Amino acid sequence: MAKVLMKGNEAIGEAAIRAGCVHFFGYPITPQSEVPEYLAKRLPEVGGKYVQAESEVAASNMIYGACGVGVRVLTTSSSPGISLMAEALSYIAACELPVVLVNIMRGGPGLGGILPAQGDYLQATKGTAHGDFKLLVLAPASVQEAVDLMGLAFQLAEKYLTPVMLIGDGMIGQMMEPVEFPPEGQAKPLDPGDWALTGCAGRPRRVVNSLYLDPELLNQHNLKLKAKYARIAEAEQRWELYNCDAPYDVLITAFGMVARICKTAIEELKAEGISVGLFRPISVNPFPTRACREAIDKARRVLDLEMNMGQMLVDIEAAAQGTKPIDFFGTAGGVVPSPDDVIAQVRKSLAAAGVEPAPARAPSKPAAKAPKGAGQAKRAKK
Amino acid sequence: MASTEVMMAGFGGQGMLLSGKLLAYAAMQEGKEVSWLPSYGPEMRGGTANVTVVISDTPVGSPYIVAPRALLVMNQPSLEKFGPRVKPGGVIVVNTSLVPIRLERPDCQVLYLPAAELAKQAGTARAANLVMLGAYVGLTGVVDTQVCVHMIEHEFEKKPKFIPANVAAYQAGYDAGLQARPA
Repeated sequence: MAKVLMKGNEAIGEAAIRAGCVHFFGYPITPQSEVPEYLAKRLPEVGGKYVQAESEVAASNMIYGACGVGVRVLTTSSSPGISLMAEALSYIAACELPVVLVNIMRGGPGLGGILPAQGDYLQATKGTAHGDFKLLVLAPASVQEAVDLMGLAFQLAEKYLTPVMLIGDGMIGQMMEPVEFPPEGQAKPLDPGDWALTGCAGRPRRVVNSLYLDPELLNQHNLKLKAKYARIAEAEQRWELYNCDAPYDVLITAFGMVARICKTAIEELKAEGISVGLFRPISVNPFPTRACREAIDKARRVLDLEMNMGQMLVDIEAAAQGTKPIDFFGTAGGVVPSPDDVIAQVRKSLAAAGVEPAPARAPSKPAAKAPKGAGQAKRAKK
Repeated sequence: MASTEVMMAGFGGQGMLLSGKLLAYAAMQEGKEVSWLPSYGPEMRGGTANVTVVISDTPVGSPYIVAPRALLVMNQPSLEKFGPRVKPGGVIVVNTSLVPIRLERPDCQVLYLPAAELAKQAGTARAANLVMLGAYVGLTGVVDTQVCVHMIEHEFEKKPKFIPANVAAYQAGYDAGLQARPA
């Protein structure tokens, strides 16, 4: 199929349809409202159902119910909306239902703002709601990757019978990029397995419920979930290494769109003869700790960049285990770091690592970004 | 790495987001990698709107650009805000129909163009955004102009009576841009 130019939000909606998901329950919120808008138009065309709930609380319980009867379902929201869905997500995880959800993150906390942010990393990966459960969380860095990961999200949800969340910032939802979709109508229907409530005529009845008043039974259920999360952690780590084959002094760690911005910075630094590596987790839960550690081992210093106040930082620190110093640069509330901001931070980290910046080659872009930046000034003095 | 970035800015409703989309489409048709990133802040109709399009031979890194290589501005607030940010050696197209001021950027090529008047002469005052797009393509040759025209025809596929005037407006901008293109 030829590539089409599409907004991230719309592409996410179409990708769900291609994955065989034709049931959507949700509630609009900027910056992800194009997902429900797109699906409201598209789902009736493919024999699906679009329901705009009266609130996020209702929508999240609708996906709980619909998935319970063996229907492939999707909901999408943005930060405050996800918080409202959190209670139902705990129930869904407890009942081991394969729902897929998307959080196109905006600035917080509270009502915050509507511009891009990554402030829900810890909520998504560590503490979504009450009880011992985990979401499987994927973080795309392009519209195409969002499409690809939507397909993967449904596969993983159904393989492990666990909720899967895609997290992206407002930029990935609002921007347009060329995308290619898998063919339509190829996905098999959701396998109702031995759990979905499909009518008990001729078989013992099934119950979808998360209430276990017997402590021993509830303990067993928790141990079962724990074992499942361990299997997921073993098999489903995904990441990208960029510019990590060459030796580097500083390793950047970033996820989602911030990693894209870092790539531009890395290319500009490369033109100056400075080599910087990038580690980007694609699965942020399970976090690819071992791969991250291997990339850290090659560096003198780590620079973690996020559009929050330091959330993935806890996973980077856990991977580094105190072996390397870690610098952090974060923006929030819709302030997006520019490639120049990234370059300035890299120069600081290089200086802290005691690395003299390599002498600039004959610059291909004269004076394009000359006057600013500590490293630049240092070179000028020499 | 051959890549370029253009920011298109104006009042909401002036169609700069559409101009950006047409340019991105055209570049995509030529096999380029593209990204189209709009501002989506809390603006209302009449507020400012802008979009950044990145066109590249290799996968687009940052779609978020602070200092673009080119700027097309429909209104004065956008020129005041973004004009100083354009990279030295860059290209700036200014709609003089709405922007009375001049920009002090001797290090850039600045083309002043009465986009609204040219659009009106072409048959539709609403196509000033396409005059601006045409001027940029004429000035830089960033994409094949025939592909751009085709994208405009495609955009108005369902309203074919609007095609001639919109293409004429684009063409008027293109001719002005081509004339100003450095030898």
